[in-house]
Amino acid sequence: MSRIWMLGDNVNTDVIIPGRYNITTDRTELARHCLCEVLPQFPQQVQAGDVIMAGHNFGCGSSREHAPIAIAGCGVQVVIARSFARIFYRNAVNIGLPVLICEDAVLASSDGDEISVDLETGVIRNLTTERSFQAEPLNPFVARIVAAGGIINYVIAQGGTLQ
Amino acid sequence: MGTLTEEIFSYKLGRAVHEGETVVVDVDHVMSHDTSTPLAIKAFRELTRHTNGRVFAADRSHIVFDHIIPAATIAAATLHRDIRGFASEQGIAVLQEGICHQVMPERGFVIPGSIIVGGDSHTCTYGALGAFATGMGSTDIAVAYATGRTWFRVPSTINVHLTGTLPFGVYAKDMTLEIVRQVGVDGANYRAIEYTGEVVERMSVSERFTFCNMAIEMGGKAGLIAPDAITQEWLKGRTEREYPMLAAHNPQYERVIEIDVSKLPPLIACPPDVNNVAAVTEVEDVKIDQVFLGTCTNGRLDDLAIAAKLLQGRTIHPSLRMVVIPASREVYLEAMRLGYLETFVQAGASVGTPGCGPCIGRHMGVLAPGERALTTMNRNFTGRMGDPTAEIYLGSPATVAATALTGHITDPRTFL
Repeated sequence: MSRIWMLGDNVNTDVIIPGRYNITTDRTELARHCLCEVLPQFPQQVQAGDVIMAGHNFGCGSSREHAPIAIAGCGVQVVIARSFARIFYRNAVNIGLPVLICEDAVLASSDGDEISVDLETGVIRNLTTERSFQAEPLNPFVARIVAAGGIINYVIAQGGTLQ
Repeated sequence: MGTLTEEIFSYKLGRAVHEGETVVVDVDHVMSHDTSTPLAIKAFRELTRHTNGRVFAADRSHIVFDHIIPAATIAAATLHRDIRGFASEQGIAVLQEGICHQVMPERGFVIPGSIIVGGDSHTCTYGALGAFATGMGSTDIAVAYATGRTWFRVPSTINVHLTGTLPFGVYAKDMTLEIVRQVGVDGANYRAIEYTGEVVERMSVSERFTFCNMAIEMGGKAGLIAPDAITQEWLKGRTEREYPMLAAHNPQYERVIEIDVSKLPPLIACPPDVNNVAAVTEVEDVKIDQVFLGTCTNGRLDDLAIAAKLLQGRTIHPSLRMVVIPASREVYLEAMRLGYLETFVQAGASVGTPGCGPCIGRHMGVLAPGERALTTMNRNFTGRMGDPTAEIYLGSPATVAATALTGHITDPRTFL
């Protein structure tokens, strides 16, 4: 059972993973401190398949890739926000952390709700309220990177170049 | 035809490019620093395991150590050692002479019309020289190192047009905070910001760096100022390369924000958001424990000059600490020659080696629980400089220096 962890607006990269932990690139190590200053219980309680929902401008601030890596390291299956800061969005796409934009789903959901997400179609189902939502479609180029499982796979599939 | 951003992309791709198009483009230079390079190396190894394992061009790939230098911990020292190994293998020179966003332009790696990507969100700083420069994560940077290319959805542009005459005691940083106040922390998300107007045309390159540096604080992809005679003068002696003097032509801006700077007072960005801007006079009772003058936003010679003028022959208030870090070796040496560093040391400040210093809370002035800092930085996020209960205020170098003298946030016009 996947639950929603609901966050507000402007959740910045210092909040997602404080700067002092960026000395490591290890996914598991970063996950241990994910959101630790705003949700001290999150690293211990988050389960694989859980979903983070957030308001506007999720991931604003630094370009540090440690932020989406920490989230992915926790087993979060997707981040759904009303809007994303652009560097975070790109980083998430690049490393294969699914990100969806859906205002309606966020506004109609609550922390702790059960959720089911179809990443292929972008259909989000809040199982607690029994309501369904459609996420915004991806930019076609972004969709190709996501389909490849991240930009590294995408570039390798193109023989080591970018077209 | 179009915005400065569209002009740059059109120039690079040899055809008319319009906002909204997704393009793959060659980059002129790629940069990463001591915090973003480790992940970039990891990704680079994966990317190039089937190819030749070399960066696209060693002379256009730059690794700058600035975040934790000299190494503050064994972990940091180990990261540095490993990065040096990679750089040596690739024939890339590691630069350890200041903050990446100061060193890159000083070294002549930024020219008008170029496209530059860096593993740091404040890479947008270089737009001050008429380049399209943007920050990216380590994997994007690895792709750029490996292929010499990146992809962009060409952004639409918000125009910030500034007119009037800057009042006494009010500086580029104050104007920048006013812009952030008006645009908001995500008001420019996915967009380029183009700064225009008589005020901008009179600004020095250093002031232009301050402006463009904070484009990201509004969510901006890039912040740009069209090159002019001031740009050309600054670039003399720094680059031999030819460059196009690109300019917007009949631009269609998504939004135009007009600001008359004539009535602006000195401003402060109060925690925990950069757009939480108030006049200095509204927060003058706030007691400050540490002031910090430096960073890619305001660590240049003109910034140090204003502070030195206020602190000359005086000492900082006994209730607080002061940290001063020139943004680069070039700035440090000139500040030393001009006597500014002596002024700061005599005043009781800690003067540090060029780099990011306490800006990212790793070393050189971390904050204790409940402490308050006033800095010339670009970000005041909770926990950025140390304990999560510490608070960060942002202001101009003049405001920071005035505050250093009194121990509480102080209007610099009191001392000027």
